[in-house]
Amino acid sequence: MAMFVEVQGLTITAGDAGQEVTLVDDVGFGIPRGEVLALIGESGSGKTSIALALLGHARRGCRIAAGSIRVGDLDLRRLEPRALQRLRGTRIAYVAQSASASFNPAHTLMDQVIESGVIHGIAPRAELQSRAVALFRAMSLPDPEHIGARYPHQVSGGQLQRVMAAMALVADPDLVVFDEPTTALDVTTQIEVLRSFRDVLRARGTTAVYVSHDLAVVAQVADRVVVLQRGRMRESGSMADVLGQPQDAYTKSLVAAHRGHASPATAPTTSAASVATATPPASLLQLRGVTAGYGRAGRDGLPRQVALHDLDLDLPRGAALGVIGESGSGKSTLARVIAGLVPAARGALELDGAPLPPGLSGRSREQFRRVQLVFQDADTSLNPAHTIERIVMRPLALYHDLRGDAARAEQRRLFDLVQLPQSLSGRYPRELSGGQKQRVSLARALAAKPDLLLCDEVTASLDTVVAAAVLELLASLRRELDLSLIFISHDLGATRSVCSELMVLYAGRCGSAARAPRSTAHPCTRTRGC
Amino acid sequence: MNSWWAGLRALPPSGWIGAVVVAFWLVVALFGPWFAPHGVGEMVSQEVFDPISRQFPLGSDYLGRDMLSRMLLGTRYTIGLALAAALLASGSGLALALLAAVAPGRIDEIISRGMDALISVPSKIFALVMVAAFGSSVPLLLLTAAVTYAPGAFRIARATATQIAALDYIQSARARGESRTAIALREILPNLRGPILADFGLRFVFIVLLLAGLSFLGLGVQPPNADLGSLVRENLSGLTEAAPAVFAPALSIASITIAVNLLIDALPGAGERR
Repeated sequence: MAMFVEVQGLTITAGDAGQEVTLVDDVGFGIPRGEVLALIGESGSGKTSIALALLGHARRGCRIAAGSIRVGDLDLRRLEPRALQRLRGTRIAYVAQSASASFNPAHTLMDQVIESGVIHGIAPRAELQSRAVALFRAMSLPDPEHIGARYPHQVSGGQLQRVMAAMALVADPDLVVFDEPTTALDVTTQIEVLRSFRDVLRARGTTAVYVSHDLAVVAQVADRVVVLQRGRMRESGSMADVLGQPQDAYTKSLVAAHRGHASPATAPTTSAASVATATPPASLLQLRGVTAGYGRAGRDGLPRQVALHDLDLDLPRGAALGVIGESGSGKSTLARVIAGLVPAARGALELDGAPLPPGLSGRSREQFRRVQLVFQDADTSLNPAHTIERIVMRPLALYHDLRGDAARAEQRRLFDLVQLPQSLSGRYPRELSGGQKQRVSLARALAAKPDLLLCDEVTASLDTVVAAAVLELLASLRRELDLSLIFISHDLGATRSVCSELMVLYAGRCGSAARAPRSTAHPCTRTRGC
Repeated sequence: MNSWWAGLRALPPSGWIGAVVVAFWLVVALFGPWFAPHGVGEMVSQEVFDPISRQFPLGSDYLGRDMLSRMLLGTRYTIGLALAAALLASGSGLALALLAAVAPGRIDEIISRGMDALISVPSKIFALVMVAAFGSSVPLLLLTAAVTYAPGAFRIARATATQIAALDYIQSARARGESRTAIALREILPNLRGPILADFGLRFVFIVLLLAGLSFLGLGVQPPNADLGSLVRENLSGLTEAAPAVFAPALSIASITIAVNLLIDALPGAGERR
């Protein structure tokens, strides 16, 4: 089969001559006309460098050192910069990660969509406009005839991302490069955008390269896949082959992480079931009619911006509740309300049958100990001036009056529990990787010996493989320590792998069943063993 | 002790120069007066504005007193006063800033507005009024300098501290049930080190200059004692004769302020730590 796009021996280096760092090492692949190739890998795998090389571009400080890049009958490495510039936007188009950063807020969407077509004189303005409208319709954007007259701030992030794809496609390019176009979107929007991308690509037979770190996303759009790690190709082939029979160890771990999301983990379900039979269903935590938000309290006693409306929640001892919702649904507020950081304006909280004061001030040391919060971003939730040993030992002194050797022994046990090397104990947080920092956060929370662990998007800032490892750790800790867990996430897959129950938040209320795939139509969308 | 040594060795050359010069002046301020060859008010030379000689290493001043002896004592006044005042200003500013960062909003508001009122008073005028009202004495100079420079130190520390107080690790400490004192001292204070040290260096230099300025006007340390500023002033007429009596104290002030800045800038944490 003749390849439409062919890349051979591509090597990209960074740094000055003599002390270069190789970012991409001898990568080669081909794409037949009309197919979509996915470049997948974690951050630092060189996927974006390769994508930019397909536009004949290298980032500042980087350089295409060797190899050939052929698109159709053009050899990109032989072209003059001026000729390359003419190519971009017409024959090769690029869709960037953040659409909101790529649009000029002062011009209408339509002007920006057809701008490059007008500049390059591809077709008359009217012709381009009708093409754009057709694309808007194909992308299932609302009101395709008139959406072009709006300004970028008048459409949502997901819509803007689709407009940006329309901008790339309007000149009918030979090749479109998508650089993580859905990463910045939340899950429900991501699915809609992906679906419209796929439909448009299929219908028009566009050749495309799709860069992503997320196998689940790539599996929906691509025909072929190239797996990258640290600038080297680990595996390539058709999507079905790589997903079905991964050959390489790294690919296998990616696929396993993907599966772990896709299929429910068995262990937590059984443990929840056994807990349910072993003990009477006593609630550890109970929320009744909780309303909370931000800003100064108004005359009715409610804060100006209400984030949670009249929420009820019962968490049995030993249960793991997943709370999912889009950004802005109030899910992080829920964790902060339970932890007391955002006092509930109305409603009551009960911990183990005893009332829990809404704010921090009324709570006893014991109540503080029993509820522990793990933050989303491990980079900012660890004090940069403390060694991680000191961070983990603080709750030991605070709650258990452990000091000296006893505290040190307990700290070593906690490090083992969260699988942190003991050799790290004297280091500072900035010297640790993202996954290690999140483990330190977990160890600090576990040091309190809590009854309830609140996890707020703990895997959101981690790579797929690292996130899977942290999820696995959480699930096993829950089994070993008989913890109750509230796991807050926008990622249904991640939630499913640790949780036995599910709650969907939508605009600060328990969400509708329609928004939760695979859940029963209970008013407060709860499913046992989902 | 070991970590101190390691920290010193990691200094860039400019930091080394600063450290050596600062150490020299500290030693002079601490022990210098004991080795003064003559009394501070003793007239020992028949001539005024003697050039450098074996008998008078820094010449003699406008009354024929030994300049070296006067410099040794003047250094103690300048450095001792400025250091104490800077410590007082930065210390009280920092303490109030930590209080403002962890206390409820109303207390923060009261402290901040009070400091704003103080900061709006011009420093030289304030010092002049204080001296005019109460007469010049060492404790008064100390207090005046501290009050003048505390609001600036407070502003810097509060801005940094409130920024830190909004971060997740402070939220995490609050959710853990830590007391306000523990949050201020354990969680916030260590992260203020860099900016506060840099600011302390600046305050020290400002205070040296303020005191020198006051002494130059004759309102600082009173005769027969003198700090470096008054030494410059009283020997000003020696300028026409290029007497060392006027250049020595002037150069000393310059070298102290520059060296302190070199050292502070080179300290780890002054810029890159955060």
